[in-house]
Amino acid sequence: MTRRAVITGIGVVAPGKPGRIAFWDLLTAGRTATRTISHFDATGFRSRVAAECDFDPAAAGLRPQEIRRTDRAAQFAMVAAREAVADSGLDLASADPAMTAVSLGSAVGCTMALEREYEVLSDGGRHWLVDHEFGVPHLYGHMVPSTLAVEVAWQVAAEGPVALISTGCTSGLDAVGHGAQLIEEGSANVVLAGATDAPISPISSACFDAIKATTPNNDDPVHASRPFDARRDGFVLGEGAAVLVLEELSAARSRGAVIYGEISGFASRSNAFHMTGLKPDGKEMAEAITVALGRARLDPSAVDYVNAHGSGTVQNDRHETAAFKRSLGERAREIPVSSIKSMVGHSLGAIGSLEVAACALALKHQVVPPTANLVHPDPECDLDYVPITARAHRMDTILSVGSGFGGFQSAMLLSRV
Amino acid sequence: MNASSKRAVVTGLGVVAPTGIGARAHWEAVVAGKTGLGRITRFDPSGYPVRHGGEVADEALAQVPTRLVPQTDRWTQLALAGAELALRDARVDTATVPEYDMAVVTSSSSGGTTFGQSEMQRLYTQGPSWVGAYQSIAWFYAATTGQLSIRHGMRGPCGVFCEEQAGGLDVLGQASRLISSGSRLVLSGGTDASLCPYGLVAQMATGHLSTVDDPGRAYLPFDADASGHLPGEGGAMIVVESAADAASRGARSYGRLLGHAAGFDPPPGSSRPPVLASVIDRSLRAAGLRPSDVDVVFADASGVPAHDHAEARAITEVFGAGRVPVTAPKTLTGRLYGGGAALDVATALLALAAGVVPATFGPSRLRADCEIDLVLDGARNTGPAVALVLAKGHGGFTSALLLGAGDRGLPD
Repeated sequence: MTRRAVITGIGVVAPGKPGRIAFWDLLTAGRTATRTISHFDATGFRSRVAAECDFDPAAAGLRPQEIRRTDRAAQFAMVAAREAVADSGLDLASADPAMTAVSLGSAVGCTMALEREYEVLSDGGRHWLVDHEFGVPHLYGHMVPSTLAVEVAWQVAAEGPVALISTGCTSGLDAVGHGAQLIEEGSANVVLAGATDAPISPISSACFDAIKATTPNNDDPVHASRPFDARRDGFVLGEGAAVLVLEELSAARSRGAVIYGEISGFASRSNAFHMTGLKPDGKEMAEAITVALGRARLDPSAVDYVNAHGSGTVQNDRHETAAFKRSLGERAREIPVSSIKSMVGHSLGAIGSLEVAACALALKHQVVPPTANLVHPDPECDLDYVPITARAHRMDTILSVGSGFGGFQSAMLLSRV
Repeated sequence: MNASSKRAVVTGLGVVAPTGIGARAHWEAVVAGKTGLGRITRFDPSGYPVRHGGEVADEALAQVPTRLVPQTDRWTQLALAGAELALRDARVDTATVPEYDMAVVTSSSSGGTTFGQSEMQRLYTQGPSWVGAYQSIAWFYAATTGQLSIRHGMRGPCGVFCEEQAGGLDVLGQASRLISSGSRLVLSGGTDASLCPYGLVAQMATGHLSTVDDPGRAYLPFDADASGHLPGEGGAMIVVESAADAASRGARSYGRLLGHAAGFDPPPGSSRPPVLASVIDRSLRAAGLRPSDVDVVFADASGVPAHDHAEARAITEVFGAGRVPVTAPKTLTGRLYGGGAALDVATALLALAAGVVPATFGPSRLRADCEIDLVLDGARNTGPAVALVLAKGHGGFTSALLLGAGDRGLPD
């Protein structure tokens, strides 16, 4: 019998207050969590706004040693994993540890801790030969992003396959897609799948400044993230994590689990064009969407809503609008398309999993989150982007897409079961 | 991955390692026991307790287009070089393969460490506007896969696995999955290059690097004098194709990917045992093989006494004490992290092609509690047909990959 992967638990640490309920409230209210950067003094930086999480690791239940040894991105993931397991109602103690797996994504790993420790070891950049006497015991754990998956695996005592997938800004979708694959092929019965990133630090901000990818709209942080709006001028850096509990459908049903939806199709393609540039034709993203539909045995007409990548850069918004038309045909004009990055910013690898979480919640509540700040439509982007206000809408299948540096394009379908 | 799925074969190897550039040079060094370890030359290591490692000769970079050099970290440059070599070795014309049927899946352990240290130095000494435009595409872990996809026009489902040393096996597990689901060619493998001061200091924090000030005595896995390992850089790129497609273009293969399994050790303090033995069992089941079918084991061989003991115990548990030859040519390169297990796979395939089990150079006195047949006294011309490669990644990642001999001999 075909094994199918379903979502039975959701954990979220998103900009604003942590938790999936706060996340969904923010999205459906059309509120934005973007503000002037508070994590460091961003004076002198081109882009000084970000979508920050109001996150206190101790208040979120992490122990002092868990906090000391981990980067902020790991803490997000640990807390999100706990919430997801609690939400699922799964009794992990009775599960076979060898069939419990982790598939976590991250674009930039433990970059905050890596930079913080660099500043000390190099004494503010003075020494190329950094001083090992100042090395903290967990320094190596900050250098390898695999640590993020290790921490989640320890949370759930997973002894099955554990993966850290780092495909830049498609990491979150790719990690959930890989998790679904582990269930479908029989390598795992339960997968903690999601992604985390905490990139709001000087080095990450400086590198996006250098290529003018992030917004210089520092005077109006609340309205700085404007996907599909003619006045957009770059993305707003964000942070956060979402972790999902994936289970095999029949097992989830037989224990009476509440099922948010099925990962009914997933595919990824690459444009092999440019590390940061996109061709306006959207060809490879369209191909990923078409292949994902094929795997789900669905026609474009089955798609009821598209959760767009919608980063708020001109090239992205036009690229994916073209991709939707190319892959979905007329259906692209009939259905709502929106970007939650307008509210929670772009948390690099994490955002793909936050978007899947948003799609799962949209399926449950039958509500489409809006594209905030969309006031002046870009004439080149002529679909229904659900401006400003959330919308009640009947949905059986949702498409979520991601696009990232390296040329990676991913598409995932979530369906009600 | 299981035996009934569409078969994946390895048709090309591109080695960029301290032992040599190119599969042939590497194999000759492995057989001769010619070490790639020595005093670190890239910076002055005299102020650090660890001063030796395995550096890749700069001649490897001759394979990298000059345009890409300023845009990339050394780790990506080594992979670009390895990929050129591997595709040439596979004698495949990528222009003839449909673009969506080719994928790139690499293992990365720590990304563009040297590039990142340079840019952070600029940031902290000169200010944010001095950080270069290429930092955004050189430092992150996906840089290598992205550059390889662009360079070779591979538009299929690309991936990046970061599982420290275990990533080099898991990318081949993923390559098998992709072949099963319709990809024709997967450019796989991995490299690492963290021999910069910050990279070395971060590695030292584990306490697993050897401080013995003699590159010939510092990395002695399973030996009574084991003191940890030395770091190295480089790795191997590996061309995986579906057996049917390789056959239809008349390509010979070094070997077949027979079975892969991955698991993870229980959390610290757990009373449950480590998972290596059960992961080996699962890889055997996936391949439809019995322990007695395995002719050689390429060990993870950490050189940290507790790790060596645990690995030897798992091998003994599955195969019986001293029942299977175990080898670790990585004593000639040091541990290469994201590139390490990929290089082990290349070495194992070359061993199958040569019909030889290569020796482990360095160790001489096996620890009493390691009841394994470590190949110490020269290579054995036993004509191995099945090799098992093991890898353990920092934190608990545990992977096993079974390889079966192909119909190709050693490369030119």
